[in-house]
Amino acid sequence: MADRHASTFLASLRELTLARIREFLREPEAVFWVFGFPVIMTIALGIAFRSRTDEPVIVAVERAAGAEAVRAALEAATGFVVRDVPATGVERALRDGVVQVVIVPGTPATYRYDPARADSQVARLAVDRALQQAAGRRDAFTPREDAVRAVGSRYIDWLVPGLLGMNIMGTGMWSTSFAIVTARTRKLLKRFAATPMPRAAYLASLIGSRLAFLVLEGVVLVAFAWLSFDVVVHGSLAALAVVSLLGALAFGGIALLVASRAKTVEGVSGLLNLVMLPMWVFSGVFFASSNFPETMQPFVQALPLTALNDALRGVMNDGQTLASLWRELALLAGWGGVSFVAALRLFRWS
Amino acid sequence: MPPEVALACRAVVKRYADVVAVDGLDLQVFRGECFGLLGPNGAGKTTTIEMLEGLLTPDAGEVEVLGQRWADAGAALRPRLGIQLQETQLADKLSVRETLRLFRSFYPSGRSVPELLALVGLESKAEAWVGKLSGGQRQRLSVACALAGSPDVLFLDEPTTGLDPQSRLQLWDVLRRFKDGGGTIVLTTHYMDEAATLCDRIGVVDRGKLIALGTPEALVQSLGTAHVVEVSFEGGTPPAGEWFTTLPGVVEGRVADGVVTLGSSAIHETIPAVLAALAAAGAAVQELRTHSATLEDVFVALTGRHLRDG
Repeated sequence: MADRHASTFLASLRELTLARIREFLREPEAVFWVFGFPVIMTIALGIAFRSRTDEPVIVAVERAAGAEAVRAALEAATGFVVRDVPATGVERALRDGVVQVVIVPGTPATYRYDPARADSQVARLAVDRALQQAAGRRDAFTPREDAVRAVGSRYIDWLVPGLLGMNIMGTGMWSTSFAIVTARTRKLLKRFAATPMPRAAYLASLIGSRLAFLVLEGVVLVAFAWLSFDVVVHGSLAALAVVSLLGALAFGGIALLVASRAKTVEGVSGLLNLVMLPMWVFSGVFFASSNFPETMQPFVQALPLTALNDALRGVMNDGQTLASLWRELALLAGWGGVSFVAALRLFRWS
Repeated sequence: MPPEVALACRAVVKRYADVVAVDGLDLQVFRGECFGLLGPNGAGKTTTIEMLEGLLTPDAGEVEVLGQRWADAGAALRPRLGIQLQETQLADKLSVRETLRLFRSFYPSGRSVPELLALVGLESKAEAWVGKLSGGQRQRLSVACALAGSPDVLFLDEPTTGLDPQSRLQLWDVLRRFKDGGGTIVLTTHYMDEAATLCDRIGVVDRGKLIALGTPEALVQSLGTAHVVEVSFEGGTPPAGEWFTTLPGVVEGRVADGVVTLGSSAIHETIPAVLAALAAAGAAVQELRTHSATLEDVFVALTGRHLRDG
């Protein structure tokens, strides 16, 4: 009898997973979003954040007495692009990022810049150095410089694992929860519940089918980053695969929970955004999660995407082994397991 | 030996927020019969059938299926029932064969996919996507899914609603074959001809209560009138008063929406008398129709409403 149950469970799981994979592959838009989106995102960000070498500092000099001298000093130094900005357009040019710093000539000159922006701060320092030198300051010493341009230590190297993590979360959450809510609105869940189908097999099939897609989308993203940006995996590919799988399981479970009672696609979309937004912000996709204040860290570190991104970066950037990432992996497994069990209890079949 | 009871409801009540959907319903369905639940929309048919299916829990009363209760033996009962729901939309982008394989996988034993395809005559559509099927084909697929586990009892909720006559006949054929194989069928419908053709016994439900029960023939006979006469008038208004009650052969009569409906036990006496009475009253007849009494008339006589009015 127990054998019979087990074989029905496995047969149901297999057929449900196959059905889900088939349905997905027969939906061209879904395929595009899952596989095309991360690649487009990587290209866009790769271009935006490409390693800049000798990017000029963009400066505006307000039209006033002494402007010509300032202009001449900056042109004598290298690495500046000087733009002419009318006095009325200064605020706007700074806000829009058209220029990084505005110099108001005078004695002494005034630097207008936005201290909240790193590029503006850097530009202020560079301008100051050039103008001080033109006015006669001499450096106390000339440092030796060692520019880091090695593969593995650029922003893009750090960014790609974050994108992979975000993608594992995003596609997993959207595709799983939409599949559930669609089946619910079509009364297909109710129809399934009217059969002896093991209910856990249905939920497990959604996660199982995700794993199948994950292999494809993870490979697409990592291979693309490698081919176009020379982003390499320092750790083992097997470790990367295990971390990705565990991440997909965790977000699969969370997606089941999010969609466990929602009756409409609109309703579940709102919930998904509510759940994912904190992770987009806090979990270190585009900038390190350690930037957030100490008091917030317990919350930030408990987020599954933080754990996933940390583990992915551990493997890809630092070559860490799975054993040394046990904390992150345990957290992911915990999120997945608890969500799955809770979803199974809360799930609305009709 | 009395027939074996397959399904039983005893004083079953089901309430939704502010409506009583099923109001103290008693019902028995015997093994091997086809039982029809007849009634207008909102009468409680679907609620009743879903309580029997174990999808809804009654607020009061008892439901017994194959001698067991859902609370005690749900897991054992499930594989023995085949269920077709009214509103299910199967996945559009799976083929017929894939859909049947999926449903078959839920059952520990049952028919093979080719057998199921043959049973509902969808062999030629096996590789077609569900989204490309006609309404009738989809409905037959839905029944095939319900038959995947070789059930003892088959539940069908308005299986032919919205189907063309040809598709209805094909589906009826499938159901007859299931019954010939010893299966028990419970179906809801608001087509009286479907109930009359398929069902051994019929229960008429209205406002959550069983208001009549019996074979189709017995129900029609219980009217006491073999024929029905309907008269409508030019201008829409019949002569006032109960002028028709004393006419020969008339057993009962009523006026609704400007139409006089008479139940008659002797049509050949009633019609000349009706025409004479109307001529005397100076009323202009627009249309006079007559037909043999049907289940529809039983329903109208019991509830004052037509089946499809809802």
